[in-house]
Amino acid sequence: MKKKDNILKRLANKAYEFGFVSKIKTDIIESGLNEDTVRLISSKKNEPDWLLEIRLQAYRHWLTLEMPQWAHLNIPPIDYQSISYYADPLKKSKENKNKEIDPELMKTFEKLGIPLEERLALSGTAVDAVMDSVSVKTTFKEELKEKGIIFCSMSEAIQEYPDLVRKYLGTVVNYRDNFFAALNTAVFSDGSFVYIPKGVRCPMELSTYFRINAANTGQFERTLIVADDDSYVSYLEGCTAPMRDENQLHAAIVEIIVHDNAEVKYSTVQNWYPGDAEGKGGVYNFVTKRGDCRGHNSKLSWTQVETGSAITWKYPSCILRGDNSQGEFYSVALTNNYQQADTGTKMIHLGKNTRSTIISKGISAGKSQNSYRGLVRVSKNADGARNYSQCDSLLLGDKCGAHTFPYMDIHNNSAVIEHEATTSKISEDQLFYCNQRGIGTEEAIGLIVNGYAKEVLNKLPMEFAIEAQKLLSVSLEGAVG
Amino acid sequence: MENLLEIKNLHATIDGKEILKGINLTVKAGEVHAIMGPNGSGKSTLSNVLVGHPAYTVTEGEVKYKGKNLLELSPEDRSHEGLFLSFQYPVEIPGVSITNFMRAAVNAKRQYLGQEPMNATEFLKMMREKRALVNLDSKLANRSVNEGFSGGEKKRNEIFQMAMLDPTLSILDETDSGLDIDALRIVAEGVNKLKREDTSSIVITHYQRLLDYIKPDIVHVLYNGRIVKTAGPELVMELEERGYDWIKNEN
Repeated sequence: MKKKDNILKRLANKAYEFGFVSKIKTDIIESGLNEDTVRLISSKKNEPDWLLEIRLQAYRHWLTLEMPQWAHLNIPPIDYQSISYYADPLKKSKENKNKEIDPELMKTFEKLGIPLEERLALSGTAVDAVMDSVSVKTTFKEELKEKGIIFCSMSEAIQEYPDLVRKYLGTVVNYRDNFFAALNTAVFSDGSFVYIPKGVRCPMELSTYFRINAANTGQFERTLIVADDDSYVSYLEGCTAPMRDENQLHAAIVEIIVHDNAEVKYSTVQNWYPGDAEGKGGVYNFVTKRGDCRGHNSKLSWTQVETGSAITWKYPSCILRGDNSQGEFYSVALTNNYQQADTGTKMIHLGKNTRSTIISKGISAGKSQNSYRGLVRVSKNADGARNYSQCDSLLLGDKCGAHTFPYMDIHNNSAVIEHEATTSKISEDQLFYCNQRGIGTEEAIGLIVNGYAKEVLNKLPMEFAIEAQKLLSVSLEGAVG
Repeated sequence: MENLLEIKNLHATIDGKEILKGINLTVKAGEVHAIMGPNGSGKSTLSNVLVGHPAYTVTEGEVKYKGKNLLELSPEDRSHEGLFLSFQYPVEIPGVSITNFMRAAVNAKRQYLGQEPMNATEFLKMMREKRALVNLDSKLANRSVNEGFSGGEKKRNEIFQMAMLDPTLSILDETDSGLDIDALRIVAEGVNKLKREDTSSIVITHYQRLLDYIKPDIVHVLYNGRIVKTAGPELVMELEERGYDWIKNEN
């Protein structure tokens, strides 16, 4: 028994391979949050007044709010005054006014498998690399520009394309939306901005890689994607953070606007540090992601593989405003040890003949709690709306929990709504069958879990799918003793 | 001929209840042994103990396989060392295709043997060849392991896996159960095609009919946790004619 415990411990610790800390000179502002903090962030980024004004409004509104308690999560109190809201790993020297990239920073991203030199890059993928509060580098910017595609950091977009940013920012997720949306709007630092012009099919995958490095900081990024009429883009997002005993807060907003006949695919592989086997440390991932299918025949597809974070609170949603618009949500959420996840989606049917699909695959192991929470709303005028939801839960062991909270709010009699749910367990018999064929227990679990999640993994771009498969297996190491 | 498997005075329990009460059995390279016996005599327990099923506890005795202490090896290593069990009730693994499942199995064995993993082309070629041995439909190979398979398909899939893993000692646990006569013939033919001079089998069965196709060299009768009779193939006919009652009465 003792021996088995040791093996479990070793595996649980081994599991997170991105837990290293990079030694990078980082400009971190003092912790604490007040109007001066908001002004300081805005001035560091040399922002126009209108944006500062929005930030201040958001901050003042945030002061009136309380953290939401409705999720099936046990969130310890967060001291918002003990967090630093801005950490800049790009050094600025007196001689060199332009920020230069610390070689250590380049090495960090290389270690994470995200080379920032274009010659080394993954084929067909442009990357915006964000560390702590700042976008470090965006690759293939020039090539994309030739097609009129804008892909840059949010800070740069605010400087270079203020009208576009002003036109769309906050139109999908208003700062009044929720507690974390208000907080993010007040203190957001960087993130990615994407604009695909009319009739353009983005020739490569765009991706943002988020990395938290500095201690005692929060990451509050903001991503805005606009797909103009008849355009297409596939966007990927990945995230990791060092292993630390303290919890770190990540509260992002992603807004997506999809115009007539345009299509956006948004894929996430979320692997923030989940905390150790005893539940110490880990990232609190409280994000608001929402897309607005404004145009006719517009389409938005969310695919997420959530394996990291100590606590996840996340509901990537689609507002199906345009007639014949389509929303999709494909999710694999895996929790192990003491992780908690409350994740799902909202499909808001406003336009006529709008369709939505929800495929959610929860996997719970260890002592974790995993909830699906989803809303399908069909408004009075949304004739001919259709939804199909499938929520499956897979349990490993008997100390974890899986919960499903589907909400339906239907105001139109022509709606067709289907909901299916299953709960299953990996059996000893299945594992032994694999063992007899020479497949070790860890690998067998990986195989079975990947098989279970296949429907969702198939939606990911190839390279991401392979990474996600590995991640699912690694995240479950030590899950069954 | 050298001894491939040597079981001496093997006792085993499940949930504290003793099922095997002193089994002695020696299998030499190249031999086909049949173990027959009435229900509840311990036949399936014996096969499960040999492949290391965690629900069973060995309380006494020893098992040597290729000169090694078999009981010390993990179930995976027993497999890698060439021990194969065709399950009486093959398990369904939803979402995992036979192709992926077999690739994991074949490569795990290769890794154990210090060989490089097989590349995709080689592997698929091997799949095709072995599939032909048991007439396993190519559509079946893309389906999830045993999910929604008929009884016959499940058993054919077991023999297909046996072909893929090329075992030294295969145990066929009630491979005939639930098969109609055509399926039985296909499965048995598959087993016979895989037979080599250096490989051995233990065929566990309640009835004689499988042994019409797979000819045993030595036949044992297992009763109440012990092997109570060992003879040549003629014993099969005798059992078929007289049933198991005379064995029960003698013991």
